[in-house]
Amino acid sequence: MSIEEQVVAIIADQAMLDPSDVTPDSTLSDLAIDSIGLVESIFVIEERFDIAVPFNANDPNADGFDISSVASIVAAVTKLKTEQDK
Amino acid sequence: MRRVVITGAGTINSIGADVPQTLAAMREGRCGIDKLDIQDVDRLSIQIGGQIKGYDETAHFDRQQLSLYDRFTQFALLSARQAITQSGLTFVGELADRSGVILGTSGGGLNTQEENYRAVFEAGKNRVHPFIVPKLMHNAAVSQVSMEWNLHGPSFTVSTACASSNHAMGQAFHMIRCGMATAMVTGGSEAMLCFGGIKAWESLRVMSQDACRPFSATRDGMVQGEGAAVFVFEDYEHACARGADILCEVAGFAMSADAADVLMPSKHGATRAITGALKDAQLPLDAVGYINAHGTGTAANDKTECAAVVEVFGAHADKLLMSSTKSMHGHIIGGTGAVELLACIMALREGVIAPTIGYEAHDPECAIDVVPNVARDADVDVTLSNAFAFGGLNAVLALRKF
Repeated sequence: MSIEEQVVAIIADQAMLDPSDVTPDSTLSDLAIDSIGLVESIFVIEERFDIAVPFNANDPNADGFDISSVASIVAAVTKLKTEQDK
Repeated sequence: MRRVVITGAGTINSIGADVPQTLAAMREGRCGIDKLDIQDVDRLSIQIGGQIKGYDETAHFDRQQLSLYDRFTQFALLSARQAITQSGLTFVGELADRSGVILGTSGGGLNTQEENYRAVFEAGKNRVHPFIVPKLMHNAAVSQVSMEWNLHGPSFTVSTACASSNHAMGQAFHMIRCGMATAMVTGGSEAMLCFGGIKAWESLRVMSQDACRPFSATRDGMVQGEGAAVFVFEDYEHACARGADILCEVAGFAMSADAADVLMPSKHGATRAITGALKDAQLPLDAVGYINAHGTGTAANDKTECAAVVEVFGAHADKLLMSSTKSMHGHIIGGTGAVELLACIMALREGVIAPTIGYEAHDPECAIDVVPNVARDADVDVTLSNAFAFGGLNAVLALRKF
């Protein structure tokens, strides 16, 4: 599976939806994922891709991990994976 | 119903090894949060805490005692010694039978658990010390205090995460008020600054990497601390009859459950606990001069707590003072309400309000006078101490000047 497919699967699992219901422009709020659900998804992403995601729930936008949509999360994970595999 | 007063106080925490040192630090706005000195700290993303530095357990306890005393028990015993000595009480005969110990803790003997899991899992040992169980159990501190001071009355441990010590002190208050006990040794203790204790918290992504800045627009999370505070609560008539120095009166207490979310705080739950404590104390809203806030420094707690205070107090919210001393000693989890009660007692007895340090910028969602950075003189007759725990369990105490 591609990074995108895997991230979508993780988010869909958190949202208790079918992956086909999660589109690139879906926002977390569209999917009813709150900040705690997001923290859990980030944990799964870190474990799956063996990366460290900088994220503080008190200030979700501070660390450059863009959570504004599914597409932005996929892009951020792809970037972190590339950087941290070096 | 009997009136309940406080006749002794003791503490050890990152800003003081006793009450006078702690109150001096609160007056000066001194910060006890610093780089952690613990095993495997390099594997943590959160590397700061309100750790008690320069602490030597062998200076206070002998080898046999240390085989039974986890760090959280040690902090409770040291605090209880100060409090009971100050009270002047000697527990013998009927007084011993009618006096007990109720302490809060969230993690109990967490350091003992960690050390021994390391021994069996990491080092592959197949043998551990025979006293691990009595050392790590949550009631170890209560039991050791009862034994050291001959307290034979009702004694148990309360564990409600960050509200543990407020719930504990509430029970002690109720027991004296209803005549079940004459004096109670009560408060809370926590020693969670070990690798596992911090690893679990950092995974929640609610911790700050550099400072605890409650109510500031720039706040970015909580910082853990460690320590204990213990008080002697006493039947007012008993304290008067023996001419005791009364620190203040415990006027009311209330509890509530959010019954909503295990992590996100609820304004409604906090509101009911604050209102309930004042109703229990039969005090009007405008009697309150100071609130020691739960004030964790997280985005969610601080705005929810301020919204609750505004809802309860209405126009009076603009007149009262509220601060979070967690900015100095960190969040002492199951012992935090006890350590914070010291700030309430200082406000009542000395007319000094402990500041919220680390405050950098106004947050419109926290539009209450939080005594930023510098302590303030204020004549205060009634104080509240808030504690709102994960799990949505809330406990608020009301104290009155004596």
